[in-house]
Amino acid sequence: MNGLRRLAAVKFKDIQPELRQLQRRGFLRNALSLGGLALLTGCDLSTNSGVDAALRSVLRFDDKVQAALFSGKRLAQTYPPNAVTRPFRFNAFYPEWQVRGIPDGWRLEVAGSVSEKTPWTIAALRTLPQVEQITRHICIEGWSQIGRWSGVPLRAFLQRVGADLRAPFVSFRCFDGYSTSIDIASALHPQTILALDFDGQPLAPEWGAPVRLRIPTKLGFKSAKNLQAIEVTRTFPGGFWENQGYNWYSGV
Amino acid sequence: MPLPHQPTRTAAHPAIIRVLHWVWVYAIGCMVFSGWEIYNASPSLPFSFPRWTGLGGWLGGALAWHFSAMWLLTLSGIIYLAYGSASGHFRRDLGIPTPRAVVRDLWSALTFRLGHRIGRYNAVQRLLYLGVIGALVLQVVTGLAVWKPVQFGALVSLLGGYPLARNLHLTIMFLIVAFAIVHVVLVAIFPRTLVSMIVGVPAEPGGRA
Repeated sequence: MNGLRRLAAVKFKDIQPELRQLQRRGFLRNALSLGGLALLTGCDLSTNSGVDAALRSVLRFDDKVQAALFSGKRLAQTYPPNAVTRPFRFNAFYPEWQVRGIPDGWRLEVAGSVSEKTPWTIAALRTLPQVEQITRHICIEGWSQIGRWSGVPLRAFLQRVGADLRAPFVSFRCFDGYSTSIDIASALHPQTILALDFDGQPLAPEWGAPVRLRIPTKLGFKSAKNLQAIEVTRTFPGGFWENQGYNWYSGV
Repeated sequence: MPLPHQPTRTAAHPAIIRVLHWVWVYAIGCMVFSGWEIYNASPSLPFSFPRWTGLGGWLGGALAWHFSAMWLLTLSGIIYLAYGSASGHFRRDLGIPTPRAVVRDLWSALTFRLGHRIGRYNAVQRLLYLGVIGALVLQVVTGLAVWKPVQFGALVSLLGGYPLARNLHLTIMFLIVAFAIVHVVLVAIFPRTLVSMIVGVPAEPGGRA
């Protein structure tokens, strides 16, 4: 359908304000619009950093609440094949024409608290157990779409590489400059997969080729595409959007 | 010596109600204006809110406000519901009005013949206050569904799925804003009520029993 390319792309102007924000550090300091000022009558502008700190500490509290609400056994709803959204919407922190192909000699690197650090080819990943899911991808912006992915359960992969499952974080680095991280409990959820296929086909570059994370228990931006490296770590890794102020846990 | 018709034993609005009222002005204001900014990130209907009305500056900031003020709103709501049940406030002041009484009082109001006595709610007021309390409770429920559609999956199914739950959350916001507009207009018509929501003033004659 030729509508795919037309409908799917997030236009550059759509993300332009966000891109502009990227250039600023401490963005929450800029978070007070007119609406905010109106509600904070009585605070002078020098208290903005205090408001900032307060918001950040509530977000950290929200992370704890979300981790407590999470259950490793509770599954995201799955859908029949006819519920899959077509055309599927492209989304990234850049427009679709900037999508990068798979780098030459690509291997999936494994780092951190793991005993087996040999990089993986796609062929090697395909020898591991595969599962399929048709689940809803929910964007932090509020839109959502249903897609069909299959690949290796991250739990099986982490066990295979001898990951220390007491390490609290799993971090993902991508060759398009993106990064994100998740908590170990969510990483071990049965629906958290390293997806190799999308809608029955090997991942195309715009859907995250050659391998992406697919985690239906988190907001869409956690499902990192175009993976380069996975690291199991005890150090809080943050991430591309998380470092700018998106709530880190971002569970759904 | 107390004068007749000036009962001194209770204020029209007890201190806890006055405090909660202004907590809600702030909390609901934060929720609504940050909610508009969040909605604007990806409008589900063919309209957006004016950019300058948004709270948070960008989506991440707006979400930070929304997920902070939600605690204030929920906690103050729980305190209010507990107080209202335990103190008899609901039973005494907010009994469900009969449709007949609502029609009668609404007609009087529209023909400018409905008096206002501080500390006593007529049938239309009771309907509106009960309505907005119900809307706020539903807003917390639909908010939970949109925030945690997997962890509260059964709730999302009950609400007809995630996209519908999101639009319900938006619709209830409009009802709450509509209430706030009517409420503020009526306060402008009866400015004494504003005073009674700030300092403790006695209920007016014929008011609270």
